[in-house]
Amino acid sequence: MAASIATRCLRATRAPCSLFQLAQAAPIARPSTRFPLSAFRTFSTTPLREIRKYTKDHEWVDLSADKTSGVIGISEYAAEELGDVVYVELPEEGKAVQAGDAIGAVESVKSAADINAPIACRVTSINMLLEEKPGTINQVPEDDSHGGGWIAKVAVDEAGVKDFENLMDAEEYKAFTGSEE
Amino acid sequence: MKLVRALQRGRKAASSLQSQPARSIALLSRPLSAAAASPGSAVAQYQQQSPRTALAPSSLSSKASRRHGSSLASDEPLKQTPLYDLHLAHGAKMVPFGGFQMPVQYSSLSVSASHHFTRSHASLFDVGHMVQHRFSGPGAAAFLERITPASLGPLPVRSSTLSTLLWPGTGGIVDDTIITKLADDAFYVVTNAACRDKDLKYLGEQLAEWTKSNNSENAKLEHEVLDGWGLVALQGPLSEEILSSILVAPEESKLRELYFGQCRPVMVKTGGGELSQPILVSRGGYTGEDGFEISIPPADTVAVTEALLESAGPEKLQFAGLGARDSLRLEAGMCLYGHDLDDTTTPVEGALSWVIGKDRRDPASKNPFHGAEVILPQLTPKSKGGAGVSRRRVGLVVEGAPAREGAEIVDSAGQKIGVVTSGCPSPTLGKNIAMGYVADGSHKAGTELEVVVRGRKRKAVVTKMPFVPSKYWKGTAPA
Repeated sequence: MAASIATRCLRATRAPCSLFQLAQAAPIARPSTRFPLSAFRTFSTTPLREIRKYTKDHEWVDLSADKTSGVIGISEYAAEELGDVVYVELPEEGKAVQAGDAIGAVESVKSAADINAPIACRVTSINMLLEEKPGTINQVPEDDSHGGGWIAKVAVDEAGVKDFENLMDAEEYKAFTGSEE
Repeated sequence: MKLVRALQRGRKAASSLQSQPARSIALLSRPLSAAAASPGSAVAQYQQQSPRTALAPSSLSSKASRRHGSSLASDEPLKQTPLYDLHLAHGAKMVPFGGFQMPVQYSSLSVSASHHFTRSHASLFDVGHMVQHRFSGPGAAAFLERITPASLGPLPVRSSTLSTLLWPGTGGIVDDTIITKLADDAFYVVTNAACRDKDLKYLGEQLAEWTKSNNSENAKLEHEVLDGWGLVALQGPLSEEILSSILVAPEESKLRELYFGQCRPVMVKTGGGELSQPILVSRGGYTGEDGFEISIPPADTVAVTEALLESAGPEKLQFAGLGARDSLRLEAGMCLYGHDLDDTTTPVEGALSWVIGKDRRDPASKNPFHGAEVILPQLTPKSKGGAGVSRRRVGLVVEGAPAREGAEIVDSAGQKIGVVTSGCPSPTLGKNIAMGYVADGSHKAGTELEVVVRGRKRKAVVTKMPFVPSKYWKGTAPA
């Protein structure tokens, strides 16, 4: 998982001439601990904006401070495990879903993975950028800004807030993926 | 999101090695010959029979059936190939496959980067999980012609052919296999790891049956499983250059004359300047690229593999795992048994009619292959008075989402006419490719169909395979 920083930097320069470098630079062992970059940013600079939590199925969800809206994406760990994403099936706009419902899918060469709704919610908008550039999921999976790899923006009600409370925070998720690896 | 679960990887896995008591299970080496190799006797050495290790049909049969009775996944520990430690040292992510722990990818390259690297440079695949067999004796050819539709008489010595083990009665495919003629009375055969138990039981039964009904001296044969032997596939345009660089002269200059489908025993220089025992180099592979499959005696597997990696260097040669192997073989239009072929599929349905040798098509043959009574009439379409087939394996190019195994194929009227058996986004083409079975009549290239992915229909067009043109070395085309 942690090799993703290195991978990401190298990907930007991926050209035939960089292959030797790529092979050389690749570490045998992945450093065992690291913190998702964007989550770290969220906590350190804008603590009042929103809180990010994670599911065991590797989705993340931000809940706004007023607990009425949120953003959904897949974790950096998941993006790394999937490999190069070539197709993203986006959720249906306007659709109301329960936690755990399949709302879309991410496809890489090696596998297809469903995106499940982390909480009960209603999809208000989807990230059309991913239709054009599915690889954004690999570059910035946990970025919820314009140009980021977020999947959908959602409206949240009380049921959704309750679901949210049961999810893992960044610290717990890190421990969870550490034990999975 | 459900991610594919992987086993431990990298250093963490390496550190837990000592605590795995089961790891030597696959490494009970049974060398064909324990004697050191002497140059010049390479062929003889490879073909030498060691009675000590030969498995009699009866013992094989009982062993196989015992294995067959136990559940593959749960109570048998996963086996390891001789290259297990080397994989970990290269940052492999190991997954269970065919009863073995096998590398699915390595830390240096993503699956698609590894795929591209194979087509532009060269990759080394450990395929030591596959089952290597040796059939020898005056009856070997006739026995193999009973259980497969291969034409082994006309096959030149030191040549290989793809074939299929067949069930009697139905003509269903037990497994697909490569048969190599080492001599008129000696054959080297490779079958799939995932079918190991089934194949060994099948072969045991077939050998017993053969021996019972053919008791002349001319029908005798022995079957041996080369457990513990290494098998690696060197694939990609740089393969010949890489292999040449470690060959012991004078073979060095002759690789250019080893064409697709041919093989040759050679010796190579390993790390410390030592010579390897004879290894069998077969030109071909499972990627559609030029390349070699290399069978290596147990004691030399690691040394030969390291020699290849070290002499080429990482800029020319990288390890590649099951992930890239699957997308490469799909682009090359090749079947994966258990997915694209199974016990209920005949070669004609599987679009493999070409494996049925020209001289094997006589219904009155004295040594008909299993299922010939079903398969031969299928070769002639219904429209021409034959039995034909009701379904055929085809290639598909799918729009939008990739269609994976199990996706339904429907015609323009929305009627289900088949199912996808393999599919992925093609890294080379940037399109989604798949293979599957469709009703006869919908199998022609250009036919527009639809596949259902996550409840939605996506356009699919029947497309000729291979999807990516093969680059086998068959010599220079005549001017």
